[in-house]
Amino acid sequence: MSPIYVIVATPLLSAAILALVPGYRLAARLNIAFSAVTLLAALVLFRTGPAGNALFVVDAFNIYLIALTAFVGLTTSIFSASYIGHEVAAGKLTPRDLRFYHAMYQAFMFTMLLALSANNLGVMWVAVEGATLTTVLMVSLYRTAASIEAAWKYFILCGVGIALALFGTILMYLAAQPVMGPGMAAMTWTELMKHVARVNADILNLAFVFLLIGYGTKVGLAPLHAWLPDAHAEGPTPISAVLSGLLLNVALYAVLRFKMLLAANGEAIAPGPLMIAMGLASLLLAGLMLYRRRDIKRFFAYSSIEHMGIITFAFGMGGPLANFAGLLHMAMHSLTKSAIFYAVGHVAQAKGTQRLEKITGLTVSHPVLGWGLLVGVVAIAGLPPFGIFMSEFLLITSTFAREPLLAIPLTLGILLAFGALVLRVQQLCFGEPGGESAPVRGSLVPLYAHLGLVLVAGVWLPGPLVAWFQTVAALLG
Amino acid sequence: MIDLGYDAAHMLGAVVLLMSFALLYQRRLFSLLRVFTLQALALTATAAWQAFSHGEPHLYITALLTLSLKAIVMPVALHRIIVKMNIHRTIEPALSIGLTMVAGVSLVTLSILLVLPVTADATALTRENLALSLSVVLLGLLMMISRRNAVSQVVGFMSIENGLILAAVGVAGMPLVVEMSIAFSVMVAFIIFGIFLFHIRERFDTLDMQKIESFRGESD
Repeated sequence: MSPIYVIVATPLLSAAILALVPGYRLAARLNIAFSAVTLLAALVLFRTGPAGNALFVVDAFNIYLIALTAFVGLTTSIFSASYIGHEVAAGKLTPRDLRFYHAMYQAFMFTMLLALSANNLGVMWVAVEGATLTTVLMVSLYRTAASIEAAWKYFILCGVGIALALFGTILMYLAAQPVMGPGMAAMTWTELMKHVARVNADILNLAFVFLLIGYGTKVGLAPLHAWLPDAHAEGPTPISAVLSGLLLNVALYAVLRFKMLLAANGEAIAPGPLMIAMGLASLLLAGLMLYRRRDIKRFFAYSSIEHMGIITFAFGMGGPLANFAGLLHMAMHSLTKSAIFYAVGHVAQAKGTQRLEKITGLTVSHPVLGWGLLVGVVAIAGLPPFGIFMSEFLLITSTFAREPLLAIPLTLGILLAFGALVLRVQQLCFGEPGGESAPVRGSLVPLYAHLGLVLVAGVWLPGPLVAWFQTVAALLG
Repeated sequence: MIDLGYDAAHMLGAVVLLMSFALLYQRRLFSLLRVFTLQALALTATAAWQAFSHGEPHLYITALLTLSLKAIVMPVALHRIIVKMNIHRTIEPALSIGLTMVAGVSLVTLSILLVLPVTADATALTRENLALSLSVVLLGLLMMISRRNAVSQVVGFMSIENGLILAAVGVAGMPLVVEMSIAFSVMVAFIIFGIFLFHIRERFDTLDMQKIESFRGESD
């Protein structure tokens, strides 16, 4: 039996079990244990390599995303255990909320892993829709005015996005059906990839526009990004970490699957210019917006928009180098940004506020945490020797070699964001510590584990991973 | 020769679109719900007719789901929410009839111009159904943008989903999974909307999203 069944079934069963567990301490431990089982299965899958059948597909593209999702799922569950303990003590959440929260957490992991591994366009769409529903519920967990408004905005915008994506999916089926006949085959990735060369390119183009806008809303691409900062800022911090670290990647994965179809068709329009435009718009907009943020979680949410812009730009450029950079950047951003949110979660609890100007001198008041946050911000800003430096360097050099004019706004955007990050991190981490300051209780292992991986990836990438990235980079066109 | 199957399907699709037009200029919440119910009924008839004329029995399930959820359960539930919150006297600023027609006709023209040229291979029914459903989706979007009340936004969202179902039933042999999932998602969406409507009311004493949006955590 393929480990993929275990990977998908574990979170689903765990969600059902956790919905029945009344005590939140036990539930948090079970949450960690279940996530560990999922990760183990993902590692087995990583060893056995690509496989697939009519229901699931595991290829060079999604195999590393599945492993990454399971890994971040586990580390976030460890972070979450210490985070929620504090929230209960502070009276912000009741044990009943937490029962719901844990069940939703595993349900969310289920939808993520299903979306990544499904071999069917329709199933993937349902999974992404399910992911929207679970995260909307979790964003509104605190039931404050701001969190309900954030969840409402998130639901309305992403609901419309999801609707447009479904329209695109229907068009995709309409395009494939004359060639492949009615039935399931015309909605299956592996079958579509075989026959897509004979599919009508015009409908494919139209479908892709809807899919890009639809799933692009969930990626947080400008001008459809409005939900993202609110949803990150008002929900529990573990959810911010998985939103940035996992959900954005999965939505982008969906877009890229369709891009592969277009690339394999040959006659369809090159989706590059569209993606480049949306990517650059997100990058520049987020770069500028970073300077005016006053809330620490919003600040890093805008940084996520910036990085998704960079990644979309990379895939829009296409070609082996830029695609390679994009794939690497997806993994690196996901690890670094979730690490930063772990740190931010502890910081916000220790300081009792999310307002940027009230948080100062963290390296003095909380050395381990403060330095961790500093290293995370250095990594996300794209400084060596971290993995994000590698991918950004690859992207900028390959862009300069092929399209020097496009490299200018790209570099400008990255520098803008870099400036904002350096400016803020100085104030956050150095200087006199001010305001209230409680000691941090909780594990910092997830934070440093992520940063360690990002550091290792910046210095040395394992051979099979490089080989997979190269295969996928070629398929992406 | 008159092709009854084609003509009837075409007419029913057009009724769904017509109801989308009507939704745009309803100022009272109850009349909004009534028009929405009519749209759901027209959609039910479309799905059932397609099931009958193309011999695709699984579309009867789609029709049944549409009838029960969209024409009965949701309007009734929203009606109760409106009564409970005592907002049935609310008169919303909606677009005027003239403006609605101009905007609506241009959106329909846009979708016809978009869909017809690229789908030359498909059957006439599929092509026109697709153009109609894209129009319904776009009109739903226009409605969601132009309304401020949470209930009207929900109705706008559901009319977009009506457009999607119209598209799905028009494409021959679309697997059932997708339609089931649409119905499912609508149901879940409704539950969420329900939860939200109550919570929003609890927290804000209003369903006017314009007022709620000033509560954002960050005041620039």
